[in-house]
Amino acid sequence: MELTGAQALIKSLEAQGVDVVFGLPGGAILPVYDPIIDSAIRHILVRHEQGAGHAAEGYAQVTGRAGVAMVTSGPGATNIVTPLADAMMDSIPLVVIAGQVATSSIGTDAFQEVDTTGVTMGVTKHNYLVTDPAEIPTVVAEAFHLATTGRPGPVLIDFPKDVANATVRYEEPGPVDLPGYTPPGEADPAGVEAAADLIAGAKRPVVYAGGGVLKADATRALAAFVAATGIPVVTTLMGRGAFPESDRHFLGMPGMHGSYAAVTALQRADLLLAFGTRFDDRVTGRVSAFAPGAAVVHVDIDRAELGKVRRAEVPLAADCRLAIEAITAAVRRRGTDAYPERLAPWWAALEEWRTRFPLTYDRGEDGRGVGGQPGTVKPQFVLEELRRLTPEDTILVAGVGQHQMWAAQFWRFEHPRTWVNSGGLGTMGFAVPAALGAKVGRPDRMVWAVDGDGCFQMTAQELVTASAEQIPVKIAILNNAYLGMVRQWQHMFYEERYSEVYLSPDLPDYVRWAEAMGGVGFRVTGPEEVAPTIEKANEIDDRPVVVDFRIDSMEQVYPMVPAGASNDDIVVHPSQAHLPR
Amino acid sequence: MSAPTGARRHLVSLLVENRAGVLARIAGLFSRRGFNIFSLAVAPTEDERFSRVSIVVDLESATLDQVLAQLDKLVNVVAINELRPEDAHEAELLLATVAGDTEARAALVDASTRFGGRVLEVGEETLTVQLAGPPAVLDEFEALARTLRIVGLQRTGTIGLPKLGAPR
Repeated sequence: MELTGAQALIKSLEAQGVDVVFGLPGGAILPVYDPIIDSAIRHILVRHEQGAGHAAEGYAQVTGRAGVAMVTSGPGATNIVTPLADAMMDSIPLVVIAGQVATSSIGTDAFQEVDTTGVTMGVTKHNYLVTDPAEIPTVVAEAFHLATTGRPGPVLIDFPKDVANATVRYEEPGPVDLPGYTPPGEADPAGVEAAADLIAGAKRPVVYAGGGVLKADATRALAAFVAATGIPVVTTLMGRGAFPESDRHFLGMPGMHGSYAAVTALQRADLLLAFGTRFDDRVTGRVSAFAPGAAVVHVDIDRAELGKVRRAEVPLAADCRLAIEAITAAVRRRGTDAYPERLAPWWAALEEWRTRFPLTYDRGEDGRGVGGQPGTVKPQFVLEELRRLTPEDTILVAGVGQHQMWAAQFWRFEHPRTWVNSGGLGTMGFAVPAALGAKVGRPDRMVWAVDGDGCFQMTAQELVTASAEQIPVKIAILNNAYLGMVRQWQHMFYEERYSEVYLSPDLPDYVRWAEAMGGVGFRVTGPEEVAPTIEKANEIDDRPVVVDFRIDSMEQVYPMVPAGASNDDIVVHPSQAHLPR
Repeated sequence: MSAPTGARRHLVSLLVENRAGVLARIAGLFSRRGFNIFSLAVAPTEDERFSRVSIVVDLESATLDQVLAQLDKLVNVVAINELRPEDAHEAELLLATVAGDTEARAALVDASTRFGGRVLEVGEETLTVQLAGPPAVLDEFEALARTLRIVGLQRTGTIGLPKLGAPR
């Protein structure tokens, strides 16, 4: 079949089952936008290429399939570098197609030319510059294979204009042949037995579960392991939803703003079962002081994560689901009758920690989270109410900062793939476009984004996209008129010298801005308005909604482990500071 | 940068797909992860689809395992071997142009002959020699040349192949 390169590209995307592409056209990618008209693929026209990338990430996070974005050369490509880096950090499967100047112009500083493969090399799992139109089907097949298998990640295809315009005989690609790419599968049986031996002898074990559990669809395997052993679970920021949080084995999230019980359980453990996690600095605090008495079983599909930060007694390069299933079977073969008695003292300590140091905030006299300032509410109260008033399987999206941490602390995740946030890169402005992508991926679910006022101003323009495409996302701005997390650090570590962190509660006017972008805007200035406004927002299903929650601007995120400190030095909420540890 | 020695020095041999940008991927990985390359040599192999890259890694911060695991993640890297000194033939080529008086130059000609080198060109005050051999021998010769005035010096970086019967 004779096709243009552009048609071959679209046909190759269709062959991969792509149903949605987030993008924005421009000169070099023009030829590819022509056959999109004739394709069944839905193209969503974003207002900024960064929005396309984050939307594709949101789509990928909730569906488990690769998110696809398409941009033009030069500034189009550089505008999507941040989402690529974000997806690289958080192991999100993306395929990004970038237009490029004609091959004959490459290297001449042509109009809108950028060395896109060079620029994106460090922020992609792999990238391609297509120079031969005959390669298009193979390159696309490889790109999706690389993005979605092993440790998922972003793959970029740089697509020159002359390749798009060339005539090519389209042939279905053969099976993917990548001799240098062999992701692990089953865990080494000897390692599995060694892990089971450690588990059988452990008195203070903890499952430390990360995003890899979700990526490997290992949540049921994890639940079965916990049911068999009675071992407590912490889930990282990227792992939230990997374990149902109403289960009594759930201790919370570890890390810089984790729960006291989760942080302290890791510190006192004698065995860490690190499943699909990478010992991120926000979890470990000072590495030399992290979980000092613990042996480590580390399961990761990326061999390079094993021993990168913390030496593992049992390193297992494997698919997380297969490894957890094998370990569970090995544990069962040894018998688990003795577990409850052996773990009883550990559970007694854990129960005491979680009873004495629950996540808390100053609820005020009537328990409704009256803000310390008139006309404000407590952000944690907003989160509690939002959780109470939305369906259990609601997808929650967050930006980056204080609001993200309050969301992580005060939401309760019961299902996998219901939490979408920027964990590793910490990309402010992630929430609005990611929420849009999540809603496109799961139109059957309610999607709420919790955003900061600083974050919202970075990417709010994608609500125009949401209005135009009738994507009814809901945005809760926790408006404290500050770059709040930076202010918190200046409060705690810079003697309250607040440098360049004040924004303004009224500039911009978020309600009018929401309306200008085709959505509905509400403002909440007191606790009695919180629930009714959420209920009104929940009823709107044909356009985006923005709620401007005026929150107490001096509210801090507690607990907090100061950067570089040991997790033993966790700072708890002031109301708990007097309690014995 | 002086040559890494002992436990810090490792010769790593990579078989890579012969594609545009592969060297940039390897170099970029080393720079963004903070790994040190002491020397690097690359050329096609007997199979035109592949090139062999020989890298002398100077392990200052990371472990060898970590360097190899990160390299293994590069899609175009097909195979990785660490060539231990006891299991490998190592070789390198050196070119040096050295200036000196007649006596000094005669001494250098003597030395290069003794080391199995070759004099490529003799000028009025300078001469250029070529020497191939194990890196340690080249180090020794280079130290000798440094007692004269070196006008130009180029080494290729170490290449290697496993000894016959060595574990591969």
